[in-house]
Amino acid sequence: MSRYFTEEHEWVEVEGKIATVGITEYAQQQLGDVVFVDVPAEGKQFDKGDEAAVVESVKAASDVYSPISGTIVEGNEVLADEPGLVNSDPEGDGWFFKLELSDEAELDALMDEAAYKKFVADL
Amino acid sequence: MRYLPLNNQDRSAMLATIGAASIDDLFIDIPEEARLTGPIHGLPMHAPEMAVERHMKALASQNLVAGDVPFFMGAGAYRHHVPASVDHLIQRGEFLTAYTPYQPEIAQGTLQMLFEFQTQVARLLGCDVANASMYDGSTACWEAIGMARRITKRATALLSSGLHPHYVGVAKTMARFTGDALVHQAPSLKPETDIADLIGQIDKNTSCVVVQYPDILGRVEDLSALAQATQAAGALLIAVVTEAVALGALRSPGEMGADIVVGEGQSLGVGLQFGGPYVGLFGCKQKYVRQMPGRLCGETLDAEGKRGFVLTLSTREQHIRREKATSNICTNSGLCALAFSIHMTLLGEKGLRGLAEVNHAMAVTAAERLENVPGVKLLNASFFNEFTLVLPKDARTIVRALADRRILGGVSLGRLYPEEADLANGLVVAVTETATLEDIEAFATNLEELLA
Repeated sequence: MSRYFTEEHEWVEVEGKIATVGITEYAQQQLGDVVFVDVPAEGKQFDKGDEAAVVESVKAASDVYSPISGTIVEGNEVLADEPGLVNSDPEGDGWFFKLELSDEAELDALMDEAAYKKFVADL
Repeated sequence: MRYLPLNNQDRSAMLATIGAASIDDLFIDIPEEARLTGPIHGLPMHAPEMAVERHMKALASQNLVAGDVPFFMGAGAYRHHVPASVDHLIQRGEFLTAYTPYQPEIAQGTLQMLFEFQTQVARLLGCDVANASMYDGSTACWEAIGMARRITKRATALLSSGLHPHYVGVAKTMARFTGDALVHQAPSLKPETDIADLIGQIDKNTSCVVVQYPDILGRVEDLSALAQATQAAGALLIAVVTEAVALGALRSPGEMGADIVVGEGQSLGVGLQFGGPYVGLFGCKQKYVRQMPGRLCGETLDAEGKRGFVLTLSTREQHIRREKATSNICTNSGLCALAFSIHMTLLGEKGLRGLAEVNHAMAVTAAERLENVPGVKLLNASFFNEFTLVLPKDARTIVRALADRRILGGVSLGRLYPEEADLANGLVVAVTETATLEDIEAFATNLEELLA
């Protein structure tokens, strides 16, 4: 099991063919109190970089891009009632969606945790 | 300091950019015969103010004014009595505001009024939530079709043949740019609506079914079965109400299951005003509120725990979401919404029901009298304050002849559907509380003479 990060402040946790995607602690802090999350429905297909979800905070509304290509196997329905999970546990229970990877090679282009930490430190 | 933002060079550059040869080219959509080619006829380039006023009054007096004659025109705009208190109250200084008066720090009065308006509209339409108003009924209708596309991710809208043709026209114009497919045909002169046909047409590509209630011919039908069939196929039911007063007597579309209910609010508080400005009503189910267009005012508590009002769910809107906003509307019909709200407040629920009752009773009286004119048939099996007559000859010429006799006797279907020969004998007649028994008798007698 390994975790990857993007410059859009998303994290990707890969287990076999399934990737779980959410936004990082840094992104959560930048957004402030999250009030609404729109997650994609099962079966939707995304190419890397497609808009996959929407997250709204009291400050802004942002799109969440799919960091990798694949087919949605599950959206985190709990967020509809508890959007605050994105603030309290962004890299755990506050995950957005799980998708089945269509091209594992795309993962090579993402950052590992150390690289992401350095990326954030330099912002 | 004089502020002259543009010179002729700037204008030429702008025209060249958009490919227009002259400023006049920007108006070619207006039929040539309707364009003013020189100064106003009979008015010299220089004249004293009093002479100009007299001349303009003489021109205006060529109009046959709704309030001066027996008046039976409707088809989307209705003459109702607006109490003088409405106009008095909307002009009070407290309601005078700067443009876009939505800042909670300085506009609690306006925001509270919008909140009250939304509450009234939501209750009238039978919806969980209503917005702070749209431009008019037709644009509200189009916005509802777009909203259904976003929710269902499908792009074929079934428009009932009973939907006002001007609303269809607005939807067609907008669909040219969004790519929505609109399925529509002209109505036929039958007592039944096309609800059964619509149910048969719904498929997995249908984003929504749009049905008018009462429809363009004045017909009223239960929407419950249509709502169920539409929703069972994963599509939305949009109901359109062009005569808001009807909902003082009829079961609301929301109660019958419609997902989105839109309407024209002109009937309450707003006069005919040569066709505008009017006020669009827009309500929907709570679960769709994040896809709703327009301004939405919410009630909240301030830092001291006191009740206050703010615009809410603004992330739907253009100033936050840019091109991903639910709509490009960033305003509302503030003054007309205020007039609507004050008129509704003066009436109260009981008053609205009473007004609706008077409308229906007068319409029944008129329908019975007009049906007795030899050769005239009443189409409707049911109606509120508007019904369709089938005349033995072209209704358009009869309406013209009635106008010459100073009676405005309804809207001919030939005017609304110039391409449809089958509808030429149809005449849509609206009867509100402003009609008197004498008006009805004058209409019937003259119609009888013209048909003899």
